[in-house]
Amino acid sequence: MEIFWFLIIAVVLAMFFVLDGYDFGTGIIHLFFAKSEKDKEVIAKAAGLFWDSNEVWLVAAGGMLFMAFPTFYASVFSGFYLPLILVLWLIIFRAIGLEFRSQFNYQMWKDIWDKSFGVSSLLLALFFGIALGNVVRGVNLGGVEQGISTYEAHFFFLPLWNSSFSPLTNHPGVIDWFTIIIGLISVVTLAIHGANWVIMKTNSSINEKLKKVIFKLNCVLLALTIVSVICWQIVNPDALNNFAEKWYLLLFPLLYIAGLTGLFFIHKFKKDRYGFVCSTLLIVGGISSSLASLFPVLLPSVNDINEPLSIYNTAASDYGLSVALGWGIIGFILLFVYMIVQKRIMGGKIDHMDYGH
Amino acid sequence: MEDMIFYDRLQFAFTITFHYIFPQLTMGLSLIIVFLKGLYLRKKVEKYNDAAKFLMKIFAINFTMGVITGIPMEFQFGTNWAKFSELTGGIIGQTLAMEGMFSFFLESSFLALFIFGEKLMGQKLHFLTGFLVFLGSWASGWFILATNAWMQHPVGYEVLENGKYVLENFSALFTNPWLLPAFLHNQLASVVTSSFVVASIGAFYILRQKNIEYGKLFLKTGVIFGLISSLLVAFPTGDWNAKNVAKYQPASFAAMEGIFETEEAGAEIVLIGQPNMVEKKLDNKIAVPNILSFLTYQEWDKQIVGMDHFEEDELPDNIPALYYSYHIMVGLGTIFIGVMSLAGFFLWRKKLYNIKPLLWTIMFLVPFPYIANITGWYVAELGRQPYLVYGLLKTADGVSPTVSSGNTLFTLLGFVALYMLLGLLFLVLVGKAIHQGPKHQTH
Repeated sequence: MEIFWFLIIAVVLAMFFVLDGYDFGTGIIHLFFAKSEKDKEVIAKAAGLFWDSNEVWLVAAGGMLFMAFPTFYASVFSGFYLPLILVLWLIIFRAIGLEFRSQFNYQMWKDIWDKSFGVSSLLLALFFGIALGNVVRGVNLGGVEQGISTYEAHFFFLPLWNSSFSPLTNHPGVIDWFTIIIGLISVVTLAIHGANWVIMKTNSSINEKLKKVIFKLNCVLLALTIVSVICWQIVNPDALNNFAEKWYLLLFPLLYIAGLTGLFFIHKFKKDRYGFVCSTLLIVGGISSSLASLFPVLLPSVNDINEPLSIYNTAASDYGLSVALGWGIIGFILLFVYMIVQKRIMGGKIDHMDYGH
Repeated sequence: MEDMIFYDRLQFAFTITFHYIFPQLTMGLSLIIVFLKGLYLRKKVEKYNDAAKFLMKIFAINFTMGVITGIPMEFQFGTNWAKFSELTGGIIGQTLAMEGMFSFFLESSFLALFIFGEKLMGQKLHFLTGFLVFLGSWASGWFILATNAWMQHPVGYEVLENGKYVLENFSALFTNPWLLPAFLHNQLASVVTSSFVVASIGAFYILRQKNIEYGKLFLKTGVIFGLISSLLVAFPTGDWNAKNVAKYQPASFAAMEGIFETEEAGAEIVLIGQPNMVEKKLDNKIAVPNILSFLTYQEWDKQIVGMDHFEEDELPDNIPALYYSYHIMVGLGTIFIGVMSLAGFFLWRKKLYNIKPLLWTIMFLVPFPYIANITGWYVAELGRQPYLVYGLLKTADGVSPTVSSGNTLFTLLGFVALYMLLGLLFLVLVGKAIHQGPKHQTH
């Protein structure tokens, strides 16, 4: 039952990163590549029309995590207090940028809020990557000082950084050179994803240029991926053991590699959506590989005293999980229906779609 | 430690107060939108359709605000109330996750369809999408109230040796005697807010002599919905809730009614007075004898226990705030009934649109239902103190053990600043929509 809910939450989380990921990415593209006002407007719209329904997935993932693994939810949310609140602020600030820009029609006003939208999208992508980096690296569970836990074994608190910016200590911070690398991977991946979204959903004048951008970013991504795998080995020598033991888990890195390879052929794609499919594979492959490498652990411990948090020592009762499975199945069937209905009515390019307010 | 709880509570109170400005409008407004859209389907008069679509624009702005201020609410369970989340997540996680699953997806999917899809799917389906938005937003209220009901009156749980509460009976969460009255009271209160908003927009258009046809429609709709809902919010649902408090949380009941000493031969109802916590009495009291006993038990001389009956640590920790919140809510509720009855009377006599003082009153009353709703929630939340889960888990035992008060103060200040900006954005967006009016078509 724990495994089942782990899988469901992993799927919902991946959905969130695929969906909200494209509007973060759209923000990054908007920041660096949109030059004419017409492009800026249509690219902002490509995020603006969808971001709030995408963020519903974050709420859903949070709710399910809370229900299924309450101890994990409590530990991680309080332990990563500052970065999480920063993420919340960025989400709010980004929304303010998106909604404010079109309210008054003069250039300086639009520029200000365009920048706030772009910069907060960029930082969000970075922070989500850093968060993933923290989860695979592990934390000082129990706040161990000289062999003694200062909190209950499953609680911790991370500063934003420690003085050495190194992941190789017993007191890692949120930001260190390893998590920064993962953060950069996230920024590049989501920028590619956002560019693909813009190409798929709009007829902006920079679509052709974006394909070149995607190609270049993809080269960067390949390099970063190789570097990160090496660093990961340094930070956690056992990181890839799961894949050696259970060969079928290799499917997940393969998804990532397929997406990465596919994007090198971006110029040859006949349909705009193929690129989006590739970058979706990148995101899904990246997240699932990270989770698979840890499984069944959810958060490793950097000390030997306290056990890592796993799906088994943080889960709710079996009864609760099975009841939730009942309503969960109904819920997902309904959700699937909504998505089909919505796709049929709102598919296609959005250039001429009316923007609610 | 004291500091820590204070800032955690303050941050939660501030962010949820701000958050609840938005859902209380969307829940009630969706009902009015469905009504107007239905009217259009029956009568085929374009005006009703325009009005429904216009209100949906206001709805959409509020929905967006609700989403972005709602995410911090969910996060705070983990960030600031980690111990509470750990101990009770197996239970309240159920209802919170169901909210995401059954209401947000429904609401957000069909809201987008309602706004963008009218031409693509025909009028009947358009009505249906509106109805589904309504269903989604009320389902959201239902699950949140189910969560809160468990905290007010825990049922269907089992305590493990390690102190965790686990679910023993899922359906008990929804048959909780606290839930239905609280849900109905809350939803009707939300209809009151949206009725006042709609009536106020109507009064504004009439007074400004712009969009007068729509102004009359909004005013009439707002007054009819407002009259019905402000009556129902007081009786039977308000009454029903008060009886629940008297039954399940007698200490909070005594505090909110301002009864310091147990009154053996029937309790008076306090209309005005200020709690004096030093001398344990009400200053400047105006009260009517025996009414409270009658309202609560339908017996004039039934005993009602006062605060003297309880130990200090069982009583809510901020009695004046609880007492004032309750009296503000009840006082405002009474004013709403009065104003709406008057407006209803003149509407019936077909004079309402010409009585300027009443129109001005209705227009300016619009903040007050918000205040009544929010103070109503303060009554529920302050009344539950000193517990997080009534009778089981003290508020002080629910905070995050690793987050220092300095961090919480820092984030609280950040929220205050950001929410001021957000509030400004909200006013600009809503103001602009109202200014443009129902006939304005975006293209």
